[in-house]
Amino acid sequence: FVAMGDWKTVTVPVLSSDSKNIFQCTSENKISPPSMNSQVLHLTLPSSKSMHSFFSAFCTEENIEQSISYLDAELTTLGFPSIYAESKGKELNLISVINCMNELLALQNKNLRAQEEVEMQHLKLGSDMDHLQNCYAKLKEQLELSKREIVGLQERDRQLQSKNRNLHQLLKNEKDEVQKLQNIISSRATQYNHDMKRKEREYNKLKERLHQLVMSKKDKKIAMEVLNYVGRANGKRGAWRTDKTEARNEEEMYKVLLSDYEQRQKQLLVENAELKKVLQQMKKEIISLLPPQKQKPKERSEDGLVLSDPEEDIGELNKENMWELSCETVREQLTNSIRKQWRMLKNHVETLDNQVSRVYSGALNEKDVISREDHELETEKLELEIQQCKEMIKTQQQLLQQQLMSPCDDDTTLLLQDCYLLEERERLQEEWRLFREQKKNFEKERRSFTEAAIRLGLERKAFEEDRGAWLKQQFLSMSTDYKHSENVTAPSAFLGSNLTDDAYLLGSDQDNRLVKSTSQQRKPHCMLSGPVSAERCQTPQYITRNSYSAASKKPAGDSKPNLWVESGKEETE
Amino acid sequence: YRLVVRDAGTLQILQLYTCLDQIQYIEWSSDSLFILCAMYKRGIVQVWSLEQPDWHCKIDEGSAGLVASCWSPDGRHILNTTEFHLRITVWSLCTKSVSYIKYPKACQQGLAFTKDGRYMAVAERRDCKDFISIFVCSDWQLLRHFDTETQDLFGIEWAPNGCVLAVWDTCLEYKILLYSLDGRLLSTYQAYEWSLGIKSIAWSPSSQFLAIGSYDEKVRILNHVTWKKITEFEHPATVANAKTIVYKEVEKSPSAETQRLSFPPTRALANSLFSTQSKYDISQVPVSLQYIKPAADRANPKVGIGMLAFSSDNCFLATKNDNIPNAVWIWDIQKLKLSVVLEQLCAVQSFQWDPRQPRLAVCTGNSKVYLWSPAGCVSVQVPVEGDFQIVSLSWHSSGDSMALLSKENFCVCYLERDEV
Repeated sequence: FVAMGDWKTVTVPVLSSDSKNIFQCTSENKISPPSMNSQVLHLTLPSSKSMHSFFSAFCTEENIEQSISYLDAELTTLGFPSIYAESKGKELNLISVINCMNELLALQNKNLRAQEEVEMQHLKLGSDMDHLQNCYAKLKEQLELSKREIVGLQERDRQLQSKNRNLHQLLKNEKDEVQKLQNIISSRATQYNHDMKRKEREYNKLKERLHQLVMSKKDKKIAMEVLNYVGRANGKRGAWRTDKTEARNEEEMYKVLLSDYEQRQKQLLVENAELKKVLQQMKKEIISLLPPQKQKPKERSEDGLVLSDPEEDIGELNKENMWELSCETVREQLTNSIRKQWRMLKNHVETLDNQVSRVYSGALNEKDVISREDHELETEKLELEIQQCKEMIKTQQQLLQQQLMSPCDDDTTLLLQDCYLLEERERLQEEWRLFREQKKNFEKERRSFTEAAIRLGLERKAFEEDRGAWLKQQFLSMSTDYKHSENVTAPSAFLGSNLTDDAYLLGSDQDNRLVKSTSQQRKPHCMLSGPVSAERCQTPQYITRNSYSAASKKPAGDSKPNLWVESGKEETE
Repeated sequence: YRLVVRDAGTLQILQLYTCLDQIQYIEWSSDSLFILCAMYKRGIVQVWSLEQPDWHCKIDEGSAGLVASCWSPDGRHILNTTEFHLRITVWSLCTKSVSYIKYPKACQQGLAFTKDGRYMAVAERRDCKDFISIFVCSDWQLLRHFDTETQDLFGIEWAPNGCVLAVWDTCLEYKILLYSLDGRLLSTYQAYEWSLGIKSIAWSPSSQFLAIGSYDEKVRILNHVTWKKITEFEHPATVANAKTIVYKEVEKSPSAETQRLSFPPTRALANSLFSTQSKYDISQVPVSLQYIKPAADRANPKVGIGMLAFSSDNCFLATKNDNIPNAVWIWDIQKLKLSVVLEQLCAVQSFQWDPRQPRLAVCTGNSKVYLWSPAGCVSVQVPVEGDFQIVSLSWHSSGDSMALLSKENFCVCYLERDEV
């Protein structure tokens, strides 16, 4: 079927246009299945172009079967089920044919839609392309323009630079010329000075010569005629010029200079003091103007002991006022602190200004109505606050008045007066309590110490008696220089024994002295030599003084000091 | 060649003396008992006593010549400067002693006495170097002698407190040196180099400020604590500051009372026709003043600040810029800015402050004297027939009157005190 091939190529364009024709054809097929051979693909559409011939050309009465088989082959290759019935006969499976046709129609629709889309896209792309081409053309033009501009500007820049260079060159030339002229002037000036000096020397020589000539004439005319000499203005006689007068003159001169300097210094001091006062006042005012928040972080950062900056400065400077210090560091501190405060004030004012301007500009930006509303709201809030505060103050005042007014007798008024000092009182009471406790503790300790001392004394006595007995025995055994040795050695032995005994109990020098005195105290009837008695007079005083100090130094120390403590106290009390 | 002494209040002639030659210079002694009359041509100085008219004294310098003569502060010595500044002779009226000071400097202000009259500074020049000698006036003993670092010393002036001596150099070099009474150099000030330098200086009465007027039309004020410049005052041709008051002298057109013209014209009328009245108007700033730029090739050009004076209460400074010769500039020293400018019709000849109040008297070479005070400005016509060209004026120490001098005449102007 050569014709088939031809129909193949032709059918492709046909698909795009005439879907209606196909529908018609199917309807035709339905109507007359048996008469397929005659009326198949008979187009009765009014606007069929050349399809009529195509449709009739493909399948005619002669090649129905071939066309069917061809169609079947095509459809199967396309993946459709066969249009033949089950048996491989010439019977058409109408249902499958219809299905196939439906499928084909659907496919055709799909393809048509796809084609439409593609065409749309194609159009779009075409218009985009046009647009881009236009843009490109414009940009190219702009680029050209700007390139030309750049060239022009570069040219101008070059010109200006060359002008600049010329001017620089001129300036340099002028400067060089000025320098040259200055050099010329200076060299001429030196030359001129030199010449002047030469001329002056000549002139001096001439003057001298002239003077000599003139004076040599022995002019008697140079004289003063006076009727009578006049007294001095101050009535005194003229004095001879001596070394003393020279010294006096020097002294006077220095006095004059010194008095002048002193006067000036006084003036400067007064001025300084005034300025310092003014500065301090200014500082105080600036601090009062500043908001206190800015100073709090400082306080927190520093230790509790250190005051915040302004307070510290004020304190310092008040001190300064009293003592009128004017050393460098204090002055610097004052100026630095003022500068700091002033800067803070300035910042504060600036922030305020910014706020005001922001508020102002904000008000301008938004409509007036809204800002006014806000303003009114705020003012209402503030007024409420003020009311509340006022009420609080009133109530507090009332309470205060009640407290002040209600008591009418003296006691309660006194009490009330006292209650203002309640805090202090409580503090004092606490301190009293502490003090009394301490006192009690001290009393206890003292008692224990005295007991211990008494015990010790008793022990000592016993010990002494033993020793005395033992010594007596010794002396009795020695027998020869009994009295003599007793007189001489006894006191010393006593002292020595006392010393040796007590020395190792108490280590210090102080205690050694005290040792001697103990012996004197406890045995006032002891026969000691003269010099020692003198000591006796002196040391009691020392004891009393030392006893107090000893008591204060070692309250819980040795028993010996405490003994003296007691005795000292007894003496004085 | 007469010397006439009149009473200051009544102008009654008290004494009349005759001198030997034309008197060039007269000076009262400090106790007002003697008058010295110097005749430079003859080289003679004659001294007259007011108490004893018969007393006379004549000092003849003879061939030494006489260039200058002045009293010492104690009123009993006369210092004569001989010709060519060869020496200064100190003649005593009490004793027969004569002292000589050698090599005095030939400059404008070579001799300066302290205000209390204790010390005298003399500028000397030896071997082309400048020196200063300080003498004690009581016994003419040399106290200090030191050299100065000046090229060519131009002038010296004591501060009113007598402790600082200002020494300044020639106008070719702007340099001013401040020495203490004991000869130590306290400070040097040099504003600029090469251009013409200092023209005039003035100490303030409290010795706090030193005003230096220079050829660059500026006044620089130094303070006595650091001797550094605290401000400079400019004198431009245009006054632009809105806070400055400019008084301009304008001529009052004479009231032409034509109906009362008579023939021959009375003296008063004649005078009034010739002498035009003037008054002051306040000009609106900015005011441009008449500026003169003299030829640059002549020596001692009339440029720069030629006159400087502090008022006696230390509040004002009056200056004159020679480039603007018709104007007097008054500066407020408390605020350190220009307070008033007086613009006159003629060139200002001289001005002087009242010794008691801040009142300035100005004369411009015509027959009017101008007075300025912070209350205002007034122009006073000297009621005299004919011409009376006031060349200089001088205040009485009480501030109640002033003497106005012309070339050949003088008159005394009495000022009424305000009885408040």
